Amino acid sequence: MTKKAEIPGARAERTRAGFAIACLVLFAGLAVALCVGRYPVSPGDLLDALAARFTGGAGGSPAAQTVILSVRGPRVLAGVLVGAALAVAGTAFQGLFRNPLVSPDILGASSGAALGAVLGIYFSFNLFGIEILAFAGGLAAVVAVYLVGSAIRTRDPVLVLVLAGVVVGSLLGAGVGLVKYLADPYNQLPAMTFWLLGSLAAVTPDDLAPLFGPVAIGTVGLFALRHRMNAMSLGEEEAIALGVPTRMLRIAIIAAATLVTSASVAVAGVIGWIGLVVPHLSRALVGPDFARTVPAAGLVGGGLMLFIDTLARTAAPIEIPLGILTAAVGTPIFIWLLADIERGWS
Amino acid sequence: MTLEGRRLAIGHGRRVIGRDIDIVLHPGEAVALLGPNGGGKTTLLKTLIGLIPPHAGEVEIGGRKLMQLSARERARLVAYVPQIHIGTFAFSVETVVLMGRTAHMPLFAKPSPRDREATRAALERLGIEALAARRYTEISGGERQLVLLARALAQQPRFVVLDEPTANLDFGNQGRVTGEIRALAQAGLGVLFTTHDPNQALRIAARVYLMRHGHCVAHGPVQDMLTRERLEAVYDAPIRVLSAASGTAFLPA
Repeated sequence: MTKKAEIPGARAERTRAGFAIACLVLFAGLAVALCVGRYPVSPGDLLDALAARFTGGAGGSPAAQTVILSVRGPRVLAGVLVGAALAVAGTAFQGLFRNPLVSPDILGASSGAALGAVLGIYFSFNLFGIEILAFAGGLAAVVAVYLVGSAIRTRDPVLVLVLAGVVVGSLLGAGVGLVKYLADPYNQLPAMTFWLLGSLAAVTPDDLAPLFGPVAIGTVGLFALRHRMNAMSLGEEEAIALGVPTRMLRIAIIAAATLVTSASVAVAGVIGWIGLVVPHLSRALVGPDFARTVPAAGLVGGGLMLFIDTLARTAAPIEIPLGILTAAVGTPIFIWLLADIERGWS
Repeated sequence: MTLEGRRLAIGHGRRVIGRDIDIVLHPGEAVALLGPNGGGKTTLLKTLIGLIPPHAGEVEIGGRKLMQLSARERARLVAYVPQIHIGTFAFSVETVVLMGRTAHMPLFAKPSPRDREATRAALERLGIEALAARRYTEISGGERQLVLLARALAQQPRFVVLDEPTANLDFGNQGRVTGEIRALAQAGLGVLFTTHDPNQALRIAARVYLMRHGHCVAHGPVQDMLTRERLEAVYDAPIRVLSAASGTAFLPA
């Protein structure tokens, strides 16, 4: 082999190693989330129970089966979906806005969904009603941000869009504050506060279908467009000159990323940082090519969410809200990213 | 097939910065857009490749109206080499050149072996295949310009349009890049580039359009256009001409 041929080979090997680590994060997250808890399950019991579930035979202890399949199963599935959704949406937004510091919250999706959900709690809707409102709020916020962004014509539409997101987001935040102020302080306010901080504790098997549908549609869409995200990340003019139908793709990517963000906010509340930090971790593993970053972000996001959620339910006698844990982990990483800005976001 | 702008009025947004511009580019020729900064060279360039719609007039390519073609159809005919920049993400050189294949791939498709082959061929043609695995953000300015040229080649267009292709390059790299631009025209592509350096137009171009204040004040073969009188009028400054048996050069006096 010549020396020239070895360079791409070595890189392919590094990429494979990166994907192996991403898969490992996901499987380790699954194992830890299913085994660790008030009723500990040994890895052997876990394998027996899963084998019994999928072959239909009997195996493992019935208690372990109940814990794994009925108690922890739905929560773990929801965790994987929420983590993967936020991470993939964050990766897409960072490419689209050519800014490695944006996240799914940037277009107001999270704050819009949050306002919808606290309104649902305020009007004492059932969970389904709350989810619908959260969803509607998230989509409405993004549409509003997008309309404001396109109404103001400048030479830097991306910056205007991001600033519109910040402004609309803070208005929605004020709306959340107003609803909390008006809420019944004994029944409603604690529910709102807990929900706004993010949690998978209340996830039931019935929540999985409304979560899985939108997340699957949006994630598959973003996955299918991942090869075009490279050219999109060069900016509007260069992307058009390369033959990308930018207008259509921008709308498609924003719609898909908002869909998955709203769905996860509706089920799990507001969980920050995952959508910001995981894209960077996945770039560190498999490089900046979106064809690889998008799937790697899904794997790492799902796995990381499970580790954090396991911590949330086991680290203290009471549940720790997820938003607090992700912020505690995410803030130092964010500061490190800021300090690393000069290095060109490898 | 020609790329042609007729009676163009050009400008960003509502502001018109140039009027009554006629320009034509044929296959196999290199043409320079020369003039002082702020004269509308880059705006004209972007209008000719469909990035900015003209305020009046029409851009046609092979007899078809440019604005009626899709971005993909345009990109298969014209490649754009922007001024070198450092992107947000540290893509590998190979990934950057592979993006030149976008117009040849279906919307949801991943790059085919043919796309990879065209990418490799473009890198080889410019002699930069050894850079393939390097990060685009970490190579030198001259190398970056060659990578963008390779990307334009991978696009397999009929015309290549370059914005200040040698701006910010050191002397040695200027020579290398101008040589490669000449080679593009010799290979049959129509090449149009902006520059504010008459010597560069002299080295690369067969024809020149002189632009000033949004107007095309003169155009024609280089030897007719690049005279002291014309350049002094365009730049509004005294200019010195050095002549020798081996060629001519212009210096600001």
